[in-house]
Amino acid sequence: MALLEVNDLQTRFRTDDGIVKAVSGVSFSLEKGETLGVVGESGSGKSVTFLTVMGLVDMRHAQVEGSVRFDGQEILGASSSSLQKIRGSRIGMIFQDPMTSLNPVKRIGWQLEEAVLLHNDVTHAEARRRSVEILQEVEIPRADARIDDYPHQFSGGMRQRVMIAMALINKPEVLIADEPTTALDVTTQAQILRLMRKLQDEHEMAIVMITHDLGVVAELANDVLVMYGGRVVEQAQVDHLFAKPEMPYTWGLLGSLPRLNVTSERLEQIPGQPPSLLHPPKGCSFNPRCAYVFDRCRQELPELAAGAVGDEHRFRCHLPDEERARIWEAKKAALAAEGSAA
Amino acid sequence: MAYFLIRRVFWAIFLFFVATLITYIIFFVIPTDPAQIACGTHCTAGLIAHIRKSLHLDLPIYQQYWLFIWNLLRHQSLGYSFQNGASVRWLIGQDAPVTASLVFGGAIFWLTISIPIGILSALKPRSILDRAAMIFVLVGISAPAVWIGLILIYVIGYKLGWTPLGNYCSIVPSSTAGGCSGPAEWAYHLILPWMTFMFLFAALYVRLIRANVMETMSEDYVRTARAKGASASRVLFQHVLRNSMLPVVTILGMDIGLALGGAVFTETVFQMRGLGSQLVSSALADDLPVVVGIVVFACLAVILFNFFVDVAYAWLDPRIRLST
Repeated sequence: MALLEVNDLQTRFRTDDGIVKAVSGVSFSLEKGETLGVVGESGSGKSVTFLTVMGLVDMRHAQVEGSVRFDGQEILGASSSSLQKIRGSRIGMIFQDPMTSLNPVKRIGWQLEEAVLLHNDVTHAEARRRSVEILQEVEIPRADARIDDYPHQFSGGMRQRVMIAMALINKPEVLIADEPTTALDVTTQAQILRLMRKLQDEHEMAIVMITHDLGVVAELANDVLVMYGGRVVEQAQVDHLFAKPEMPYTWGLLGSLPRLNVTSERLEQIPGQPPSLLHPPKGCSFNPRCAYVFDRCRQELPELAAGAVGDEHRFRCHLPDEERARIWEAKKAALAAEGSAA
Repeated sequence: MAYFLIRRVFWAIFLFFVATLITYIIFFVIPTDPAQIACGTHCTAGLIAHIRKSLHLDLPIYQQYWLFIWNLLRHQSLGYSFQNGASVRWLIGQDAPVTASLVFGGAIFWLTISIPIGILSALKPRSILDRAAMIFVLVGISAPAVWIGLILIYVIGYKLGWTPLGNYCSIVPSSTAGGCSGPAEWAYHLILPWMTFMFLFAALYVRLIRANVMETMSEDYVRTARAKGASASRVLFQHVLRNSMLPVVTILGMDIGLALGGAVFTETVFQMRGLGSQLVSSALADDLPVVVGIVVFACLAVILFNFFVDVAYAWLDPRIRLST
């Protein structure tokens, strides 16, 4: 049995302009100690999916359906008290912007201790000891002194370490990291990722890495979900995905990835805008931007169907297999040629 | 924190000089002859000259200002009334407690009403409570103080007979015959004026607090707190309230000054002899030392209160306290 199992998750928001279909029929599962990479552009529904899993969407405006099973228990629509017991204790979450994610008027130590005291029946002294310890673990220098600082006295990278420390302080079984390195510079990014992997190895923690950086996915993930317009459009093991991506959107993502061995002047980009979730296009949601679009794509939403390697690799695309294989070979050759030309 | 306090004290002193200088110039430059007024109706040219000399009106303005500051600092004196020769300081000492009771009591009244209503309507936007609060707000913003005061006097004081119609009672018990005094009488007589302030200001504060709480609720750190597993009430009290009260403290500092101005009307309606009604009658009688004295005192009070607000703000927000 998977540790986290999500089935046919739907999240809709009622707004003044109509209903926003933020997440439509997302399913995946996550095993202990594994890393799931979730990629997609801004607005593809990746963050909302996991906010829904955590029960953190505003239920006054949201309509949620489907199933989220954590350790065999259904947690979607569970009582707020039972969700509070899981949040921060068995499932930790890190957010994108470390500059705004810490309470500006509370000391770092207070915020860490709060996380301990909410879930453990321990003394303040013990909570503080654990807080200093976890700060040392995330490599904050002079942790025992810095713990009494306020967030504004920390740099962005340091604050993100604090966020990670706070998410990890109760040794959760699952860590959901929503673009944890997007707001950081490259050096800090690498340190943070290394740190997360180290902590994963030590605690056998499962990680959900939400990102739009395919480099991060290639480095960390076992499985990958590619999301587009609130749906999973491709789902595979990381090796399969990078060896033979099947969906035109994924091709676009891979094409827009900068590579060290290629010194091409310009990066490929996917033309057009992400789809409106208020008025999604008919048929395949990628069809307005797809270079290989044909009539059927505008009429009918493709199923998330298994490809040649079986259930391990599923994707949504109406293109015939041979056609897709041909296009990918051509693309790969073009990318390789660009690489060798440089 | 020490550095912050020192800086604020110097800033307050500087403000005091600027404010007094400006009021001094305004009130002594206007084209009336204080000597003529002090002299009265049966007056000779020689007498006016004598009075002008004794009031130092023959000196240049900067020297008059210097004398005024010197008397204020050396003798803590604000001069004497042209009308009856009473010490301005004594007059203010008589009237200030009335106005202070009105304004600060009123502030406590309007805050105790608006904080819970503001929070509740932020938590349940578009609910019946929220909409009712909105109507309350519109009435409060549109209605003048005098009208609200009169309506309250008529309905609660006269028709229902629950409260006195006016008058001020000292909070300090005294056995003067015929007078009322003591904390109970004091509060009893102040209920209606406080309610007037409440209607005037609570409305704005409900909107302000509602907007701030709603904005703070959507902050990233509030989401972090919820992701940590904090309960809704813990999130509200530990993470939202302090942050959402920061702007309220600032506005409160400004509104206390405004309320001192509002006291003019409230005191008139409720027949209380406070600084506001004193200011009006003195201004009508061209009794300049009293007017200047009250303005100086009000400046001092506002500066002092703003200083407290700054300190409170710094205490609430470490980003202010620790920045240099």
